[in-house]
Amino acid sequence: MNWLLVVEQCLNGLQFGVMLFLMAAGLTLVFGIMNLVNLAHGSLYMVGAYLATAALSWTSSFLAAAVFALAGTLLVGMLVEVIALRTLYERDHLDQVLATFGLILFFNEAVAIVWGRAALFTTVPRALAGHVELLPGIRYPAYRAVIILVGLAVALLLYVLVNHTRLGMLIRAGASNRTMVAALGVNIRLLYTVVFGFGAALAALGGLMAGPIYTVLPGMGEEILIQVFVVIVIGGIGSIRGALAGAVIVGMVDTLGRAFLKPMLSTVIGPSAADNAGPALASMLIYILMAAVLAFRPQGLFPAVRG
Amino acid sequence: MRALKITAVLALVAAVLVGPAARAAEPVKIGFITSLSGPAGIIGKHMKDSVELALDHLGRKVGGLDVDMIYGDDQRKPDVGKQLADEMLKKHKVNFVSGIIWSNVMLAVAPTVTGAGTFMIGTNAGPHELAGKMCNELYFTTSWQNDQTPEAMGKYMQDQSINDVYVMAPNYAAGKDMVNGFKRYFKGRIVDEVYTKLGQQDYQAEISQLRGKNPKAVFVFYPGDMGIQFLKQYAQAGLRDQVPLYSVYTVDEISLPAVGEAALGNYETRYWSPDLKNEANARYVGDFKKKFGYTPSFYGAQSYDGILLIDSAIRAVKGDLSNKKGMTAAMRKADFKSTRGKFTYNVNHHPIQNFYLLRAVKASGGDVEMQIQKTVFENHKDAYSQECPMKW
Repeated sequence: MNWLLVVEQCLNGLQFGVMLFLMAAGLTLVFGIMNLVNLAHGSLYMVGAYLATAALSWTSSFLAAAVFALAGTLLVGMLVEVIALRTLYERDHLDQVLATFGLILFFNEAVAIVWGRAALFTTVPRALAGHVELLPGIRYPAYRAVIILVGLAVALLLYVLVNHTRLGMLIRAGASNRTMVAALGVNIRLLYTVVFGFGAALAALGGLMAGPIYTVLPGMGEEILIQVFVVIVIGGIGSIRGALAGAVIVGMVDTLGRAFLKPMLSTVIGPSAADNAGPALASMLIYILMAAVLAFRPQGLFPAVRG
Repeated sequence: MRALKITAVLALVAAVLVGPAARAAEPVKIGFITSLSGPAGIIGKHMKDSVELALDHLGRKVGGLDVDMIYGDDQRKPDVGKQLADEMLKKHKVNFVSGIIWSNVMLAVAPTVTGAGTFMIGTNAGPHELAGKMCNELYFTTSWQNDQTPEAMGKYMQDQSINDVYVMAPNYAAGKDMVNGFKRYFKGRIVDEVYTKLGQQDYQAEISQLRGKNPKAVFVFYPGDMGIQFLKQYAQAGLRDQVPLYSVYTVDEISLPAVGEAALGNYETRYWSPDLKNEANARYVGDFKKKFGYTPSFYGAQSYDGILLIDSAIRAVKGDLSNKKGMTAAMRKADFKSTRGKFTYNVNHHPIQNFYLLRAVKASGGDVEMQIQKTVFENHKDAYSQECPMKW
């Protein structure tokens, strides 16, 4: 095992982590502020990916496609909030789970009707198709490096937005005490719609960046959503800081586990046993981690501070 | 007057009594289980469309009987597949269960179906258990035993004296079968064997590991959506030009429309291809393209064959669905016009058939398509038939 490979795998882990973070940030905001469990968050990721793919085929400009997908999904998210979710805030979580599960089915069928069941093909933009030499000997795909940069930039932006702007203040206030904020004359309904739309746009950002490396197809959101829930549980529900930490931890643990668990096990229990145990254990790692966090720190590693 | 009335009533009663007997015989009920939703839903669509085409070709009758098709979506989950089978058996009282893409789902469903005394006609998955000790009078497959196809690839790579091969497959029943089959005929050095999660999307970590080991060739089994992801990421990592990729069930009519040139030049082995020359296949592929507007895959060809096999069985017993012995005997003859051409059944009800080497090449229209290069195995038997206790 050489250290260059370890560094490369850490980058892979970080890249997967920031992808999870883009999803987790929106999901945790919506849960923390509106107390809404949104299973359909993965569908918004899918919608973002589809809109970007469609726009890319019309304009063949990746940037234009990205803007279109973000705006489109923001709109879709706000529409969903106004039409379907608004009535669910006061209901218990089971009702929310049922309703948003229904939305998953709706969105999967809707994209299958519009774009068909077959996977859509998109390529990495030409400018980012090559590799960058990050360190001597480490050639990393440029596109994945950009994903890491975008993810970290979004994290910084979110931090500034939530902690140092008026909108962020309202968001935090709304999370602490909804009634009081409304009594002070803030349009809390509008605030919720905006936050939900914003979360949707973050999911779309994840989706549109995922399109060229993964595959754009109906149901793509559910694959990642499960891991996003793990992230939120580990990081602490409702906290953006927790979402970032959880996402990077999950990304790293999953990637490094897949890469190095088997070789490490084979030195301990022998190669043939490691062949069987390694992959099984690697795919369980993040869930074992989640169970451990739930057992020792049920509120998560960085829980949201509540007033 | 009164007598007339009685006569009328009697006539009516007679009509009611005679009515059902005079109608056509009971329809045959076929339950078809496949993955219709989620990332693997595209495979299910290929299979379902092919079943519908088979019904069209048979004039919407199977074995001369009206047919009731019941489709079920297993979502690639064994437990869901088993529930569907139970529902089809108990609620719908089906005569045949068919379909099934995934070996782990098949291992849950087939014993349930045959245990209830109903026919199971597999049209894709071929786990080795069902070809060996668990073989059954009521279980047939129109596809292959899992090991067969990678055996052909193993043979080809062995003949080419390729060495230092890196092997990858998803970690489930069929993944293990594929690697075992490959190793049965490939005797060169294997650099490493890597199993990934079923349904995994991102292979970047594994591809980094692969590059670190510097293999001379890569052999993979990544069906459906997994293949699309893997091929794309393999090409993006710049490995396509460096390390040749050999695969089974990965570069096909499911993945090619999505990956196109990222698969150009890749080798596969298979028992069937759209360009296989025979009358039944030309009709199947031609009518399929006409009706659905896309190129069918082997998943579809097998499903089409499945309906024709059922048709041949019911025809042989003249529509008497209670004559299961008769239908088993009829199906053992494989007496229908298969899309792969003439084939025979082994004692374990798995086909003895040819396997070909295919390559992804650019067709005249500019699309990338699979074309047969040569025959690797003629009338190839699977490795488990001796373990099957059935005699006939």
